[in-house]
Amino acid sequence: MATIADFFHWLAAKRGYNFSIFYDRFDGTQFLYGIWTTIHLSFFCVLLSVLFGAIGVWLQRSSFEPLRWLVGAYVGFFRNTPPLVQLYFFYFAVDPVLSSALGVKGGLLSNYGWALLVLSLYAGAFNTEIFRSGIEAVPKSTCEAAEALGYTPLQIFRHVTFPLAFRVSFPAMTSNLVNLIKTTTTAYAISVAETLYVANRIWSDQFNVFEMMNVVWVVYLVLVGLFLAFMTRWEKALRVPGFGRSK
Amino acid sequence: MKTWTPSEPIISISNVHKAYGSFQVLKGVSLDVKKGEVVCIIGPSGSGKSTLIRCINGLNDIQSGSIRVEGMEVNDPKLDKLALRKNVGIVFQQFNLFPHKTVLENVMMAPVIVLKQARTEVEQRARALIAKVRLEGKENAYPGELSGGQQQRVAIARCLAMAPDIMLFDEVTSALDPETVNEVLSTIKDLAQEGMTCILVTHEMGFAREVADHIYFTDKGVIVEHGPPDVFFANPKDPRTREFLGKVL
Ligand SMILES: Nc1ncnc2c1ncn2[C@@H]1O[C@H](COP(=O)(O)OP(=O)(O)OP(=O)(O)O)[C@@H](O)[C@H]1O
Ligand SMILES: [Mg+2]
Repeated sequence: MATIADFFHWLAAKRGYNFSIFYDRFDGTQFLYGIWTTIHLSFFCVLLSVLFGAIGVWLQRSSFEPLRWLVGAYVGFFRNTPPLVQLYFFYFAVDPVLSSALGVKGGLLSNYGWALLVLSLYAGAFNTEIFRSGIEAVPKSTCEAAEALGYTPLQIFRHVTFPLAFRVSFPAMTSNLVNLIKTTTTAYAISVAETLYVANRIWSDQFNVFEMMNVVWVVYLVLVGLFLAFMTRWEKALRVPGFGRSK
Repeated sequence: MKTWTPSEPIISISNVHKAYGSFQVLKGVSLDVKKGEVVCIIGPSGSGKSTLIRCINGLNDIQSGSIRVEGMEVNDPKLDKLALRKNVGIVFQQFNLFPHKTVLENVMMAPVIVLKQARTEVEQRARALIAKVRLEGKENAYPGELSGGQQQRVAIARCLAMAPDIMLFDEVTSALDPETVNEVLSTIKDLAQEGMTCILVTHEMGFAREVADHIYFTDKGVIVEHGPPDVFFANPKDPRTREFLGKVL
């Protein structure tokens, strides 16, 4: 380890490329903390947004009209406004109003909590639409065959509709989740100490904007790359000969 | 509910009316099928053949009249749908297999999931059925890897796995290449000869003549004429029947 630190020390002193995160213990720890925050924020956002998408389509298919209307409003609200504006809106407008109305001191949620909730809702709106089109792509006649064999509606959903719709939705869902992971950088705007936020703090101290921008670039390239590799393997495992893309 | 005995018709349809909105599809259809009988329904496109056959296992509801299957009133809202569907299999024109499941799984799923039977026992039966429809070696293939005729035979095996008393076939060879039609027809013929009660909607007149005990001719939602095949084909009485047979024979 000492040699790596020595190398970057030398690089900064002699060549003028100041990668302080590799030799300065404080900067290094901060930056790792930022990456770790990006990772768990992304992880929980991905899970929650898929859950919101699933709840969204489920309510959308209910026979109770106000519920369908509610889902339509939700999708419209989160799909048609920028995620940064959504974060500001919830953090600076909704939180103070709600917490004073409810008499809660110090805000309803932390900034991390709001980022998690708002970004999940944002991507969940897209997931709702993606899952809906997946379900609509399942032929009615296939479900009918199951019905004729005595399957209950729940069994049809579990064994026929869901597995087929999931496969159809998968590529679009993956794109949306990649987009979500990249959008976690907007949490920076409400002071969540994720990668970009921490990088900013470091370059303000060290005046090494160029170096830190490169590091941030690489961090996202690697994180999204790993996520995509995982999703691609999963998609391959789900692939069925003679069904979907291969036909 | 009075219990059904095998001496009575296994399917008893009387004066069934069915409409989509204001459009009358079935206008008072009646027919009886005895256990072990093979009945063919023929008629021009749009005459309501599919609608009728789908009503028999409750995929379509009816406005009035009665359909009794083994004594069960199909249109009774309190009907145990599972009891009905366990006994009545239906095979469709478009196969409608589960594309994400192998041939073996397609055949095994309903007994395991719906009837909650033990997997090992079901698997044995499923393999035997796959052999019966002459698809040994295709157990692990996916539907997308099979020809239309092979898929249709899987669909038949999938129905048979439920051990139904009655099989309904709705134009099951219409989507097939001419050379694969026969392999499906001979599977159905085997079933008919084993004494399975069958209702077939078909455009294969030669096949109908060969396997059917009784032929029904439908047009515009009514049964125009019916009779045993020799009488029906040799000596059709109604001008509509004659016109139709003139076109298809
Ligand atoms: N879901 C539906 N909604 C409205 N009309 C329908 C529906 N299904 C069928 N019909 C109409 O009912 C009539 C009978 O249809 P059906 O499918 O029973 O005819 P068919 O005798 O099976 O014809 P084919 O030989 O072409 O299969 C047709 O005129 C059709 O347009
Ligand atoms: Mg039809």
